[in-house]
Amino acid sequence: MRLTYLLVLAGCLLATLPLEIVLNARVYRRWQRAFLAILPVSTAFLAWDLLATYAGWWWFDDDYVTGWFIGPLPIEEILFFLVVPVCGLLTYEGVRFFTPQWARPAPANSAGPVRAATPPGAN
Amino acid sequence: MFYTSASITAVLIAVIVDVFLLRTRLLASKLFWATWVIVLFFQFIVNGVLTGLGVVQYDPGVIVGVRLFYAPIEDIGFGFALITLTLCGWVRLGHRAERRAAD
Repeated sequence: MRLTYLLVLAGCLLATLPLEIVLNARVYRRWQRAFLAILPVSTAFLAWDLLATYAGWWWFDDDYVTGWFIGPLPIEEILFFLVVPVCGLLTYEGVRFFTPQWARPAPANSAGPVRAATPPGAN
Repeated sequence: MFYTSASITAVLIAVIVDVFLLRTRLLASKLFWATWVIVLFFQFIVNGVLTGLGVVQYDPGVIVGVRLFYAPIEDIGFGFALITLTLCGWVRLGHRAERRAAD
């Protein structure tokens, strides 16, 4: 089915959506920060993906993709590197909802309440 | 086994970015590892579907040949790097936002 890859991605977004709504992950609501975090990483991975696809290390079965390509990459493969990082951020914020004490404090050079908790010269 | 060495390189880059470049030190937090275990579980499912059905197919010459839930074992390294680097950026930008809010 040509929608397979696209549906897998849609499934990822759907499965992680409750994290934003129920657990208040606030990833979509802080979309600019999410975008800035994801963009350099997905660009690097896509560049690498592009080279590897050109080199023939892997390829995509035409039966499972919509047929929209950018260069040798199906549109789904490009979306993959947006969807999966978003899912990762949602998971991180979702876990943080339950265990905020597991996060590392901000480094000492940043302002805020954590500064007092960090001894001077710790960094 | 180009894909194998590339996977190891991706992991090393992620570690260097976290520890030395952005100094987010995510890898020293329980929160990161709890997140990664969950992501890895879903990676096995999603990647298993994609590689099991053959949506993506690999040249056997570039992978070591060990597969876990249909996917080449190397994908674990790439998934790790993708998630780690994204979270490093997210956390780093969060520190910046906190600083700005405090000023």
